[in-house]
Amino acid sequence: MSFAHFITAVALAAAALPALAQEVVVYSARNEQLIKPLFDAYTRETGTPIRFITDKEGPLMARLKAEGKNTPADMLLTVDAGNLWQAAEEGLLRPVRSTLLETAIPAHLRDPDNEWFGLSVRARTLVYNPNRVKPGELTTYEDLAQPKWKNRLCLRTSKKVYNQSLVAMMIHAYGEDKTEDITRGWVANLATAPFPDDTKAMEAVAAGQCDVTLVNTYYFGRLMEKNPNLPLAIFWPNQNVSGATAGVHVNISGAGVTRHAHNPAGAQKLIEWLASAKAQNMFADVNMEYPVNPRVAPDKQVAAWGTFKQNLVNVKEAGRLQVKAVRLMDRAGYR
Amino acid sequence: MPATADSTLPTQAPPGGAFVCAARRGWLLAALAVAALVLVPVVVTFSAFLDIEGEVLVHLAEFVLPDLLVNTFWLVLGVGLGVSVLGVSLAWITAMCEFPGRRLFDWALLLPLALPAYVTAFVAIGLLDFTGPLQTWLRENWNLTGLPEIRSRGGVILVMSLALYPYVYLIAKNAFATQGAIALEAAQSLGLSRWQGFFRVALPMARPWIAAGLMLALMETLADFGTMAVFNYDTFTTAIYKAWYSLFSLPAAAQLASILILLVLVAVVFEQRSRAQMRYGTIGRSAATRRIRLTPPLAALALLYAGTVLAVAFVIPVTQLALWTREVIATDLDARYWEFAWHSLLLAGMGAAGVVAVALLLAYAGRQRPGPAMIWTQRVATLGYAFPGAVLAVGLFIPVAALDNWLIGIGENWFGFDGTEILKGTLLVMLLAYLVRFLAVGFGPVDSGLHRITRSIDEGARSLGTGTGELLARVHLPMLRASLFTAATLAFVDIMKEMPITLMTRPFGWDTLAVRVFEMTSEGEWTRAALPSLAIVVAGIIPIILLTRRGTHTHG
Repeated sequence: MSFAHFITAVALAAAALPALAQEVVVYSARNEQLIKPLFDAYTRETGTPIRFITDKEGPLMARLKAEGKNTPADMLLTVDAGNLWQAAEEGLLRPVRSTLLETAIPAHLRDPDNEWFGLSVRARTLVYNPNRVKPGELTTYEDLAQPKWKNRLCLRTSKKVYNQSLVAMMIHAYGEDKTEDITRGWVANLATAPFPDDTKAMEAVAAGQCDVTLVNTYYFGRLMEKNPNLPLAIFWPNQNVSGATAGVHVNISGAGVTRHAHNPAGAQKLIEWLASAKAQNMFADVNMEYPVNPRVAPDKQVAAWGTFKQNLVNVKEAGRLQVKAVRLMDRAGYR
Repeated sequence: MPATADSTLPTQAPPGGAFVCAARRGWLLAALAVAALVLVPVVVTFSAFLDIEGEVLVHLAEFVLPDLLVNTFWLVLGVGLGVSVLGVSLAWITAMCEFPGRRLFDWALLLPLALPAYVTAFVAIGLLDFTGPLQTWLRENWNLTGLPEIRSRGGVILVMSLALYPYVYLIAKNAFATQGAIALEAAQSLGLSRWQGFFRVALPMARPWIAAGLMLALMETLADFGTMAVFNYDTFTTAIYKAWYSLFSLPAAAQLASILILLVLVAVVFEQRSRAQMRYGTIGRSAATRRIRLTPPLAALALLYAGTVLAVAFVIPVTQLALWTREVIATDLDARYWEFAWHSLLLAGMGAAGVVAVALLLAYAGRQRPGPAMIWTQRVATLGYAFPGAVLAVGLFIPVAALDNWLIGIGENWFGFDGTEILKGTLLVMLLAYLVRFLAVGFGPVDSGLHRITRSIDEGARSLGTGTGELLARVHLPMLRASLFTAATLAFVDIMKEMPITLMTRPFGWDTLAVRVFEMTSEGEWTRAALPSLAIVVAGIIPIILLTRRGTHTHG
């Protein structure tokens, strides 16, 4: 082979690269059944094959760390902001400059340093039993610590990151002392020991074991879809509050490009596609979550629960303050 | 010094002493190699002490440890008592007594093994909690409230006992089947009644076996995460996961895990002492002909008892699973399930084969070269079962990834390798991890089976000129068949159910039934998890039925 031939071959190979779509490898803490339909659609549309593996966030991050620059993963996908913040903190992600993402995703639902981006919104709100709670009785998360809710409150365990994020956001707003008082108030009002999941807590509310609980809306959606006659209703708290605690507490399911990605451009394209109008409904609706892109309307069934004001504090605070929140809940006896 | 050391050596070495010595050292080396494999995650875990995160530890010590020590204490005590009482009593009536349905119960009582404990837990809470059908019915029809809370310490102990008694049952049944009749004969010749014979002769004789089963059940209890999460019951293992997942401190998690492993090691030493007292009868006398024929009232009682345990520990949870499965089967069951099931069966089969082979090597080494060094080697080699699964997974993954990085570096420099996985992407890592995790499960039955073959058999064979290899192949293996099968079944079923190691070490595309369970339960979709759970149960039943058929063939 002459030198000229060689140069031509290299040039041809380089030219062929973009057309020959390189695969994207994803480490995902979001369930297979929630992501596979999307990935399949992406592959159909772009020809880019996607390989992925699911696990909990902890092991996925330990894996990324141990693999170092030889990780096969191009992208990390999680179901909460806390773990994304932690991944960025440990240097497992890389910043991504993308005007597409910056316009599609509201500022409080992505990393200010552009290392991770929210892709769907998970709202944590109040669900109550309309037979046992008078209209007007419910107001805020903080109010549930008042003595009038004694033996009327059910909660999921503090081991779940959704509750840790909520308390972390309260620490951001009030500081630790006041937040600890509120948490102690919740614990004092518990009608029964904390539940392992949101669904069980709602079932207890429906059965009259307690009157109100705190859940992510999609659990409510799932339960009501299965059993529409349950005496349960949604309440959006903190709507008439101003300041740092204004609005419903939201978390995200989101993603970032890994520091040692072999195909960072491919991973970025995939994230941009997931944030785009055409994929947003698919991403959120499959689990009755809210699209992160404000220009995309939620699923009809989800929209029927009404509109609400979100808390606008950047969700990274949930990660930054998570350890404090966990310790605080331990101190307050919230199991 | 050398002179005195030499003088302690046996002065009359047998002919060929040097060769025998070398061979014996070989056995120890083989056993040490196995233990070294298990030491890898142990060392990785203990190395966390190089990185003390004082703040996290102080917090855990002040607010978390006091409760969880109390919780763990009661859990171990309660489950220990529960599995012993259930396992021993059921083993006795099925091995030694005759009553209608005995043949069915003989194998059916093993079935809860195939059911992951957290599934039993979820079903128990679903049925018995305030919102469950029982309490709802009592409340609505009789205005009855105040039933004991299922989500409580008692509830956890009950569920774990029901899920784990088969370990004690299986091993104790083998003990009774081989020595129960002899024990009873001896007792009767001393003028004791049958019940006195049970408590004063047969039970003490079977104690080492019961202890072996008990150790397995308790190690599994200590390492359990799923059931404890369903009950929101805080133990050492839940604190380990809290430190890791919530407090973002893998070192603190590893430090707690180290303490747990040390505690287990202490327990193992105690168990070792009781094992040293094992007195083994020979196989061959058929217990079947000497069963105690129960009087009709007693037979009815036995039937009721065994039936209740089977119903509560297996039939009811599986029925609930089947009902949930019916709700989701139309939407969730697709062609991929064949692949998941195939992966599960293949991995469990290969994993179990590996566990049994290495367990045999380890037990055989102990027979060939007994001594304290060997005993400690064996104990270390079987510690993997005490690890919380995800801690073991990460303890194995970190060195494998490091080795891979090294290999990839060489590959890049010398061979223009351009990839990210050499070992990581293979089943080898997974199978090694299963081996480390479940060696204890295989070793227990194989070791006690091997002990039951008396030395006189070896001597007899050797006097006929049989070599070691031939002795193993033609004498020991046929006599060990039942034990090997027990070991393989336990390992097989455990691997089918295993989650954290499977999740962390599986190559891309190697999803199993247990992975499906994880996908559903991690978002609280318990009814959808019923389908893969039920598939695990069905796949796990196959070897259990084979096991018992094998068992009856050898005994009958």
